[in-house]
Amino acid sequence: MQNPLKQITPKDIKRSLLMALWFMFLTFPIMVIKVNTITDTVEWRWINMFIVGAATFIFSHVWKVLIDRKEGRMAAAEEPEKKAEKVTLRERLEEKPAIVKTGSLVILGLAVLFPIMTGMYQTSIMITALLYVVLALGLNIIVGLGGLLVLGYIVFYGVGAYTYAILNYHFGLNFWLALPLGGIFAMALGILIAIPVLRLRGDYLAIVTLAFGEIFRIVMENWNALSFGPSGIANIPRPTIFGLDFNLKQSTNLTYYIILVFVVLTIFIVRRLEDSRLGRAWVAMREDEIAGESMGIDMGKTKLAAFALSTFWAGVAGVIFAGKTTFINPASFTMWESILVLCMVVLGGMGSIPGVITGALIITLLPEYLRAFSEYRMLIFGAILVIMMVFKPEGMIPAIRQKYEFKLNTGKNRKGVK
Amino acid sequence: MNSTYFIELFLGGLTRGSIYALIALGYTMVYGIIQLINFAHGEIYMIGAFTALIVSGALAFTGLDPVIIFLISAVVAIVFSAAYGVTMEKIAYKPLRKAPRLSALISAIGMSMFLQNYVLLAQTSDFQPFPDLIPDLKFLKPIENIMNTTQFIILATTAVVMVLFTLLIKYTKIGKAMRATAQDKIMAQLVGININKVIMVTFLIGSSTAAIGGILISSHVGQINFYIGFIAGIKAFVAAVLGGIGSVPGAVLGSFVLGLTESFGTGYISSDYEDVFAFGFLIIILIFKPSGILGKPTKKKV
Repeated sequence: MQNPLKQITPKDIKRSLLMALWFMFLTFPIMVIKVNTITDTVEWRWINMFIVGAATFIFSHVWKVLIDRKEGRMAAAEEPEKKAEKVTLRERLEEKPAIVKTGSLVILGLAVLFPIMTGMYQTSIMITALLYVVLALGLNIIVGLGGLLVLGYIVFYGVGAYTYAILNYHFGLNFWLALPLGGIFAMALGILIAIPVLRLRGDYLAIVTLAFGEIFRIVMENWNALSFGPSGIANIPRPTIFGLDFNLKQSTNLTYYIILVFVVLTIFIVRRLEDSRLGRAWVAMREDEIAGESMGIDMGKTKLAAFALSTFWAGVAGVIFAGKTTFINPASFTMWESILVLCMVVLGGMGSIPGVITGALIITLLPEYLRAFSEYRMLIFGAILVIMMVFKPEGMIPAIRQKYEFKLNTGKNRKGVK
Repeated sequence: MNSTYFIELFLGGLTRGSIYALIALGYTMVYGIIQLINFAHGEIYMIGAFTALIVSGALAFTGLDPVIIFLISAVVAIVFSAAYGVTMEKIAYKPLRKAPRLSALISAIGMSMFLQNYVLLAQTSDFQPFPDLIPDLKFLKPIENIMNTTQFIILATTAVVMVLFTLLIKYTKIGKAMRATAQDKIMAQLVGININKVIMVTFLIGSSTAAIGGILISSHVGQINFYIGFIAGIKAFVAAVLGGIGSVPGAVLGSFVLGLTESFGTGYISSDYEDVFAFGFLIIILIFKPSGILGKPTKKKV
């Protein structure tokens, strides 16, 4: 890679100057003038204008270089000869499955030791992150594999959490019984929602699920008899095991291990599903419904299966969430959360398990560790989403399509091709 | 249940519907042309409202006539909103033209978060009272209790904008180019339409109408904060889908239907469930008419 600074021509500088001027103009009212209509004061902050100008000037160079590189990469991808020469890390890893296996085991080992190595605070953050990993993997079934856009996924998480909270409040149901029940209730609702919307396509489906999500939240906020409204349900017992009495640290650790087991289980199941008949039917549905149907796949059943499996995981994660926080209210299940889970799936790479896990971990942990810039973290987060999508639209770790090709001489007839 | 109450709710619904329509136009136009749910569209509306607030605040000391201040701040707000819309398209959507559609959606969500927090940090997180600049119109005096001045102005402006917009789409060269691009992008390019320019103009017009909505609703409600765009954006999107996304008359119709449903629902049933009526109605419509009220059923092709 040659030094990008060498390529700067007067033309580039002129471009950047114009950009800087444009952004100084664009941000002028909002960045420079601050009006307080209560006290009737106007504050002029000229310094901000220069900051914006200087920042744009530098940033536009970086942007240009990165865009050029991306376009170069795309052009290279269109010429197959060039592409074949470049062996990616991914392809090298595939040649040696042993490395992948050992790597996964090491990561699993580290994950098991995590609560011992770190304190309770870190463990608690990690539980949240892993909850989102389960959610993202669940949503990945519908969005990543099935290609259906769902914007109200958090409802099913909420159903799981409320199942445990309400049944525990009225009947003293314990955590372990609630775990499958939460999943089943969420799944039942998932199927119930899926049946009428099976006919809908693309963005219509997205908006209907969004609508269901909002209805759920508003009903929970107002139906005081059932959900205690916005004040929520408190004192939900933490999970225990064998009827032992646990202190806070121990039960946090237990919750951590429960969720870890579920993460591993989810990965295992999704992985098995991917290459199954059902998984291939989902991919067919994503690529082309009509073509899939004419190949004899029952699209209705396939869609229902995607909804059912996906919502089950959300329900289970919801029960664990209720057990972890011991308090739930409708504010935890806003549309914003659904959007966040969707971001995890797309940012990581739709349909790719390692991608979705990475996406979920980054999106939950990044704001946590950006607390140093607490004020700016959502601003930075938004910018990161845009930048990631512009430069890597297929996600961080894109899914590989299994492709069967016949190759002479090499003796190898199966190869993963993107 | 008297008739005045009914008329009041009806006009309230129309007012709401007008605002939704102004925002939904941008949604549906962008969707029609690049098939993107522009999540950040609501933020443009919010930026329009904020710019108007800032400009009118800064001009308050000049001692000009309130009406002139209002008009100046409205024009400035429209210009800036349009500039934001176009810049946003260049940065966040243009590089993603060939990318998977969901990636562009996430980019839009990121843009929406960025703009919200940008206004939050550069301005304030509190509600800001919006200055009352529109004088009461005299001829509305007799029906003051049913329809006030801002409501009248909202309805009148929306009507004018809709007419101008229809004329633009139907009779101008750029309108024709927009319709062509919406139908078939490749074919449009083949007949010499610069689709980049068309997309830019789409964002420009969509953002301007959103800004008009922002200014009008802020003078009607009387206060704004950085978060107003998100909720209004979602509602307008619902309206656009209700009418059949991609269809301009559909968006207008959907907006009025949504506004009236909400208004009557809250007025006659319960105000706690305001959004439930809107969303419930949407679900029912979509179950029976899967591509919206005026949407054309998508042709299935392999």
